[in-house]
Amino acid sequence: MPDTHVHRAHHFQDLGKQVHAERLGMWLFLGTEVLLFAGLFVGYSFYRTLYPHAFAEASHHLDTPFGTLETFDLITSSLAMALGIHFTRTGRRRLSVAAVALTILMGLAFLGMHSVEYRHEYLEGMLPGQYYHFAELPLAGASLFFTMYFLMTGLHSLHVIAGVGVLTYLCVRTYRGAYSPAYQTPLELGGLYWHLVDMIWIFLYPLLYLI
Amino acid sequence: MSQSAVVSRRAGKNYLNVETSVKSWLLTRDHKRIGLMFLVLNVGALFVGGVFALLLRFEHLSPGPTIMDAITYNRLFTLHGVVMVWLFMIPAIPSAFGNFLVPLMIGAEDVAFPRLNLASVYLYVAGALIALWGMFHGGADTGWTFYTPYSSMTPTKVVPILIGVFIIGFSTIVTGINFIVTIHTLRAKGLTWMRMPLFVWAIYGTSIIQVLATPVLGLVLLLIALEHSLGLGIFDAARGGDPVLFQHLFWFYSHPAVYIMVLPAMGVVSEVIACFARKNPFGYKAIAYSSLGIAFVGFFTWGHHMFVSGQSTFDAGAFAVLSMLVGVFTAIKVFNWVATLYKGSIQFRTPFAYICGFLYFIVFGGMTGVAVATVSLDVHWHDTYFVVAHFHFIMVGATLMAFLAALHYWFPKMFGKMYNEGWGLVSAVLIILGFNATFIPQFWLGNFGMPRRYYNYPERFQWLHVASTAGSTLLFFGFMIILIYLFIALRFGRRAEWNPWGSRGFEWRTATPPPTHNFDQAPVFTHGPHEYHEPHEVDLA
Repeated sequence: MPDTHVHRAHHFQDLGKQVHAERLGMWLFLGTEVLLFAGLFVGYSFYRTLYPHAFAEASHHLDTPFGTLETFDLITSSLAMALGIHFTRTGRRRLSVAAVALTILMGLAFLGMHSVEYRHEYLEGMLPGQYYHFAELPLAGASLFFTMYFLMTGLHSLHVIAGVGVLTYLCVRTYRGAYSPAYQTPLELGGLYWHLVDMIWIFLYPLLYLI
Repeated sequence: MSQSAVVSRRAGKNYLNVETSVKSWLLTRDHKRIGLMFLVLNVGALFVGGVFALLLRFEHLSPGPTIMDAITYNRLFTLHGVVMVWLFMIPAIPSAFGNFLVPLMIGAEDVAFPRLNLASVYLYVAGALIALWGMFHGGADTGWTFYTPYSSMTPTKVVPILIGVFIIGFSTIVTGINFIVTIHTLRAKGLTWMRMPLFVWAIYGTSIIQVLATPVLGLVLLLIALEHSLGLGIFDAARGGDPVLFQHLFWFYSHPAVYIMVLPAMGVVSEVIACFARKNPFGYKAIAYSSLGIAFVGFFTWGHHMFVSGQSTFDAGAFAVLSMLVGVFTAIKVFNWVATLYKGSIQFRTPFAYICGFLYFIVFGGMTGVAVATVSLDVHWHDTYFVVAHFHFIMVGATLMAFLAALHYWFPKMFGKMYNEGWGLVSAVLIILGFNATFIPQFWLGNFGMPRRYYNYPERFQWLHVASTAGSTLLFFGFMIILIYLFIALRFGRRAEWNPWGSRGFEWRTATPPPTHNFDQAPVFTHGPHEYHEPHEVDLA
């Protein structure tokens, strides 16, 4: 197959081994991402145990319908991404480009919705640490909830931005016909990254908005 | 393989002279060249960190101000720690020797991701430059541990140093992922897991720790940087935060990091000791599995840094017992190494001299480690020079000895030249003596109650400080001698034979220095490593 020769690096015996290596590398990288967030999850659980009442109260002041909409948006975007990979595998390039482009748009929509939410919290004074001046909730520990909220969603949003960047690159490559049913590993790995970003949000959403 | 084939190969091109332009180095994807670049960068970092240490020792020649003021002293010990830990110790053996040797040892052409490997060099350089910039524009005076609450309010420039270390952390993660994937996917035919050289096992264990622990460090450094510049209150008791949470997150990385430093050193020892004893390593499996054991248990010991930070008695006891388990795994290795030496036909060359130093330092460093892991004793020794001496015995004593052993043992493989054996032994003796003279007085100082990081001290401690400074000067001369004769060896050294030590290590199966793609044909392995009863296999043709 001429196709596989183009993609195989010289130090791999065959493309199958290379794909195996690329997948393993990506999964290890995703593991490091989970551990990066793990520190924040530890901090959240610790302070939630320390200030259960303040955390529960503060969480009620977040915009739950908005958060739910964002969750719906991100999960659907993961479906679009999975479809994009599926279409490349079955040789339908145009559909694949459309699906990845839809993923990117939904990622941007998520960022837009979250900016609106941040703006609201900024105006109300629901801010971390020394900037906290939310009059409705003078409880000790409430400012820590917003510290954790901004750190966790902020780091997550940075990952969404990075993901949108990666997917834009992959979308252009797909459009130019760089991937085929025989080899589409970069697209698949980009999808894995996007699913991770989605997965982290699935944990953030209940912790911050619901409980 | 006949000797004539070796000679004809030697006339050909190797990875060093195949291309010599600066660009061919800066854009190389050859793991050997990348390893060499890391080696040069790491030696540079060792020099800078060493000069900082020497200045600190000179400051302590007399109580009160000697050559610098208190704030300069605080900055210097912080920079000494930051440079030595993140720019030297952590990348030293994995990034330099690991990059050079792992593909050769497993019969691969390169690591799995050569471009990422090159990126890790540039991440390291970028991180180092940002940290250096911070050092020259105010520095940091928090100690390398960046403990809160002080680190969130120090007037010094701690943020660029935190960012620099954060970026270097990426370099470490990339290297770790690369090694794990390489070892899983690129082993040559016949190289089963139980035939892997012990150095590769050690690098594998190290990579797992690098991949699992470094992201948490990255996060905690970011949190401190945000806390310092924005005042988020996450570690601020005045806003309900808890400074001890920082210590937990920090040591969750930084204690396993100790094993990032010491595991590769153990791998080097296993290789070198088998070669100079002319024997198969005693207990190959025990040595290999204990590397993984240390990597695993190392993640559950971090609490022993917080015995006096307000940890519950139960936690302290649990962490103490878990910490002592590391001693068990280390002892397994030490006994196996000593058993390897037993009835071997020992050749006392420079690398072996450093191995002797290593065995001595790891035993005493390890035993004082078990001592400070005992809660009741640690209450007395915590934050004193005793702890400083203990971890220098492990980090410098063990890791640096192994680094020097590796440097001398693989110098011919890397450069195709021989160094002067006589000077090698002289500097090894100087360094081992100098090291003892530097740190044994510090055990006494700590036990008598001298706290670490103090600028001033009472008159009665002066003779011990003077002894320690004298030792560090000796150490410095030892290093300078090495630097000089290695440079001379590079320029004028005798050309190295293909396998000057008569080693059975897999990395010697190819030419010395190796060609760019390591092997002309994919090698096939038929037996385990270091088998001195088997005839040596060669893949030079």
